Amino acid sequence: MTILQKIGKYLLVFLKYFSLVFFSFVAVLPVVSCVITAFKTDTEYQQTNVMVLPESWLNFDNFILAFQKANMGRAFINSAIILVCVLIASTLIGTQLAYVLNRFKFPGNGIIRNLFLFASQLPGVAMQIAVYEIMYKLGFINSLVGYIIMMCGTDIISIYIYIQFFENIDYSLDESGIMDGASYFTIFYKILLPLLKPAIVTSCILKGVGTYNEYYSANLYLQDKKNLPTVATSLYTFVGPLGSKYNLICAGVIISLLPALIVFITCQKQIYSGLTAGAVKG
Amino acid sequence: MAMTQAARPKKKRTFGEWAKSRDGQKVFVMIAFMVIPLVLLFTFTYLPFAEMFGFSFYDMKYVGTRKFVGLKNYMKVFQRDDCFGALKLSLYYMVGSVVQLALALYLATILSFKVKGGSVFKGFMFFPYLINGIAIGFIFKFFYTRGFVFDTVLQWCGFQLDNLPYWLKDQRINNISLVGTSVWRYFGQNMVLFIGAIMSVDSELYEAAMLDGANRFQQFKYIILPSIKTIITLNVILSITGSLSAFEPPYVITDGANGTGTYFVVMHEIAHTQQKVGLASAMAIVLLIIILAVTILQKLFFKYVFKNAEDEDKNAAVKREKKLAKIAARKAGR
Repeated sequence: MTILQKIGKYLLVFLKYFSLVFFSFVAVLPVVSCVITAFKTDTEYQQTNVMVLPESWLNFDNFILAFQKANMGRAFINSAIILVCVLIASTLIGTQLAYVLNRFKFPGNGIIRNLFLFASQLPGVAMQIAVYEIMYKLGFINSLVGYIIMMCGTDIISIYIYIQFFENIDYSLDESGIMDGASYFTIFYKILLPLLKPAIVTSCILKGVGTYNEYYSANLYLQDKKNLPTVATSLYTFVGPLGSKYNLICAGVIISLLPALIVFITCQKQIYSGLTAGAVKG
Repeated sequence: MAMTQAARPKKKRTFGEWAKSRDGQKVFVMIAFMVIPLVLLFTFTYLPFAEMFGFSFYDMKYVGTRKFVGLKNYMKVFQRDDCFGALKLSLYYMVGSVVQLALALYLATILSFKVKGGSVFKGFMFFPYLINGIAIGFIFKFFYTRGFVFDTVLQWCGFQLDNLPYWLKDQRINNISLVGTSVWRYFGQNMVLFIGAIMSVDSELYEAAMLDGANRFQQFKYIILPSIKTIITLNVILSITGSLSAFEPPYVITDGANGTGTYFVVMHEIAHTQQKVGLASAMAIVLLIIILAVTILQKLFFKYVFKNAEDEDKNAAVKREKKLAKIAARKAGR
């Protein structure tokens, strides 16, 4: 190896790690600056530069105040109710639909798949103009149940994940069930559903993060911010008079993204694989 | 008569019998399993879609009387400056998404080779994707505030505060600032998708290339790029339609002020604040048609490109096989 090649090689390694460190820094900087600010007292926040570290990392006053001001206790309860209901309902709906679409050949199978695919291409913000009218007519404005039902209906990626998974489950399992005289319901619930567990976990994590972070429809349909805040919309409290107290706002922001962070750290693999599976098919 | 009636059930099954048979059960299970998702799909997607089309011909609010105005709403969409003109901002988002895809591809390539701490870097860069939109709004309002995070970091790099613009107010720069937040949020997600695609490439191909003395760049060009072409194409299509319907950054950060209102932000404002539902519906329909047209054009374009590329791929496959044969020969020789 000549010296030039050696230098080139080291340069490449340097470039590689430099890019990784640089872009990781870019990715975390906005969040880290928020964490720093969230620990500052009011006077500290006013007198020091934003990037100066706080005096005490144990100053949780902002977190407590933000939690109370934004009614986040209520928000976490609401978000938990929404999450549990949406996940159970959409898992049942999604796996059942995928089962029928994958296992039965019938005229219209392809059409139904395309209807779901086309629906996912429509931009949500535009659709909400008319969905609002329908929610209004159904009496679903300011109704947690209404919001949950709407959230169940807007799902495509998990259907794809389930269909893909069904393709890999051997049809002979169904057949042996049929031989034993089991009904299709039994085959689905007793034999196939337990096998789907990995796919269910993956799509629940994806759907869960999506539901937890959803704020546009939540803001539109759960207008009663006192009783019906979700974690995401509870942050709207900080718009207005509190709008410049960033130490408080940052604390609220950090609280709101803690659950996502915990899920991310514990379920990284499922999130990555779920995204990839959804994207390849979709 | 009595005879024939009694004989009938033998030839043709009664409904009850049919329901107990396999065929009947099949139909039952299909109906039971599909009714809910299809009802939801129609209530929250296709019914609103049809209604929106109807709304676009009326002068109306959500509540109150409606007046049929024909195509007037559509004419307004093209005449009003704040409507159709807002589509110009999409160009910023298009450029942003190209940068984002290139960056994601670059980082994905690096991370797909052996890197120390790779999963940590990957995690850092991916996490922004999991933050909720409103939190992102606050984070970047704070980030771009005069003298705050971004300005401080730039001062560390030797810039003078006086020379720096107001990132969210200055109309020359604020759209770029907003596009930056979108790139920040999604490049990690794109990267993860690309890594997934790269990992699905047969690892023997890399070994073969290494043994043949191919350098990193050649590996990228001849092995990685051809095998993830599909997912790149898909993402290019998605990002162009996505930039036409750009909404979130201006909505959560600037609320569309100071010339940052994209088409959808203007539409949202017209629909839900001004309550001009007819006009907003017309805007939505116009954009949907544009998106549909652009998607079809792109698909045709890429079909044409792929047609040429497939011939190349065949050659590439032959080359790969030759390389593999070479390795096998070498191993056998040892």
